[in-house]
Amino acid sequence: MSTATWSKDHALALLEPLRHEPGPVLIALQALQGEFGYVHVEAVALVATFFNVSRADVHGVLTFYHDLRTTPPLANAIHICVAEACQAVGSRDLEKALKNQYKDQVTDAYCFGNCALGPAVMVNGKLIGRATAAKIAAVIR
Amino acid sequence: MSTIKIFIPRDSAAVSVGADDVALEIARRAVAENLSVEIIRNGTRGALWLEPLVEVQVGADRIGYGPVQVADVADLFKAKFLEGGAHQLCINKVDELPWLAEQDRITFKRVGIIDPLSIVDYESHGGLVGLRRALAISEKEIIAEVTESGLRGRGGAGFPAGIKWKTVSEASSETKYICCNADEGDSGTFADRILMEGDPFTLIEGMTIAGIAVGAKEGIIYIRSEYPAAIAQMQAAIAIAQEFKLLGPNILGSGRTFNVKIRIGAGSYVCGEETAMLESIEGKRGVVRSKPPLPAISGLFGKPTVINNVLTLSSVPAVLADGAVSYKSRGVGRSLGTQIFQIAGNVKRGGIVETGFGITLEKLVMHYGGGTFSGKPVKAVQIGGPLGAYFAVKNFGISMDYESLIAAGGMLGHGGLVIFDENVDLAVQAKFAMEFCAIESCGKCTPCRLGSTRGAETIQLIIDGHNPESNKKLLLDLCEVMTDGSLCAMGGLTPMPVKSAMINFPEDFDSRVEVAK
Repeated sequence: MSTATWSKDHALALLEPLRHEPGPVLIALQALQGEFGYVHVEAVALVATFFNVSRADVHGVLTFYHDLRTTPPLANAIHICVAEACQAVGSRDLEKALKNQYKDQVTDAYCFGNCALGPAVMVNGKLIGRATAAKIAAVIR
Repeated sequence: MSTIKIFIPRDSAAVSVGADDVALEIARRAVAENLSVEIIRNGTRGALWLEPLVEVQVGADRIGYGPVQVADVADLFKAKFLEGGAHQLCINKVDELPWLAEQDRITFKRVGIIDPLSIVDYESHGGLVGLRRALAISEKEIIAEVTESGLRGRGGAGFPAGIKWKTVSEASSETKYICCNADEGDSGTFADRILMEGDPFTLIEGMTIAGIAVGAKEGIIYIRSEYPAAIAQMQAAIAIAQEFKLLGPNILGSGRTFNVKIRIGAGSYVCGEETAMLESIEGKRGVVRSKPPLPAISGLFGKPTVINNVLTLSSVPAVLADGAVSYKSRGVGRSLGTQIFQIAGNVKRGGIVETGFGITLEKLVMHYGGGTFSGKPVKAVQIGGPLGAYFAVKNFGISMDYESLIAAGGMLGHGGLVIFDENVDLAVQAKFAMEFCAIESCGKCTPCRLGSTRGAETIQLIIDGHNPESNKKLLLDLCEVMTDGSLCAMGGLTPMPVKSAMINFPEDFDSRVEVAK
């Protein structure tokens, strides 16, 4: 999953097709993150001006949703499900082991809809069922 | 030699345990052995413990093998599995597997059977019959049929779908919307995802019928970002539906208009609450709205809006096709039709069980589930997601329907069951319920925003043995405030897992060491 380097012109080109979308702020931020891997600090004013909404509105959306990030992504995005169904099959122990090994590349997640084959871990967009530390290690970058 | 059809699911759950690799290996070996095969990537049958489940078409039957790993493929070829040969992984005719054959599949009748993106397959398995009937009768008759069927909201609230549709149909507005809630955030639930991946046209058909019934021309499916495969599948299905005129300005030549688009969530649990979802679709923070006004009167962008869950809308084509009388012949009391139960957590045979309401909890957990994956005794079952109640083995006689679960201090929710073995500590689970609420609260109302954090702290004090008796009283008092004072189900139902844990598993709150103060 390669991402582009932040540039205002590139960002504006991404916003242009969304000009007439009703309620565009969240999809605009999702589009920027999809392209650049994160939402650059300069994007807040850019999106606000482009859609004629306040910067507070954009900041509010940016800080509300767990998916949206304001710093560039790390080498690996490891999301471990720590919701009830995965807890029931030991995801808390796996969480500890993964955080110990991969530090801040590991993020808690709440459900990937793979609750009968847990623990579920998503590594760089790939869902792994009946996850173990060894299975994760095999797909890590 | 004729081409052999092989079915290998592309469902996320099957892929998560190796279905893609198995499909590649089978294709590679078939080429090497000069065998002509067609691999169809179907949805899952819902028997998730058998995934990856490989099915081979042998005459009129589909012979199953599962769970298949890449390392088994060579052996399967040796056993002539392409002719239905015997093998230790062979489960014989998949349709006759008791786990599947005993179910009553209505909403899920095509899932796992058909090629999900084939309109031809869809139609030859009963698809579009409901939509054609809807186009032939009046709007009032469609709504009457849905009302008569007894179909209630499968998202969790259980509100009668027909009454909601009637309200929207009677609201006067040029613009109306059909919003499909596919923000399936409850742990232990995956039926929305499996349906969208395995039979996406059913959802599109259901939404189209809803649109025709209430006079809405636009539908929006709000799918959580944690479901990338479901998003891709629905996008592909919408494009195909437009091409075949199932969507667009002239549906099946009727002159009626309906379109569907997708909005993707951004990792917020509370956006599964219907008004928070509307805010999110409008591009704002997912903060819940006060009701009234009801979304049916003033919903998306202030317009009359039908909001239904994936399973509710996907049940509509069958209701129209087979009639209300057929649908409501299933179930008990005021819980009519079938429920798509999802068996999850520490379970031996997890997956989708669609059957009439009124099955016992024991039958789901033991007969279908087969007990725990770990092999240890079952201790607790949480029903209805993170806001649902924890039940003990002594509660196994509960009839699984809306009313009986409420009477037992729980709720059906979205129909998910999470099974725990004897290692679970219900005080820890109760604390997690509060912590989860603190993480996911939208922050609008105080009982939820602050109560959740105070609740987690209080449970920790009980666990640590600090004045456990007075802290238990305090916790129950806090639960009452959250239940009665919260704006939506997030804060309002978080006390349910907490209180049910205290009631059904008092020993987990009692066995702590009293610390001298």
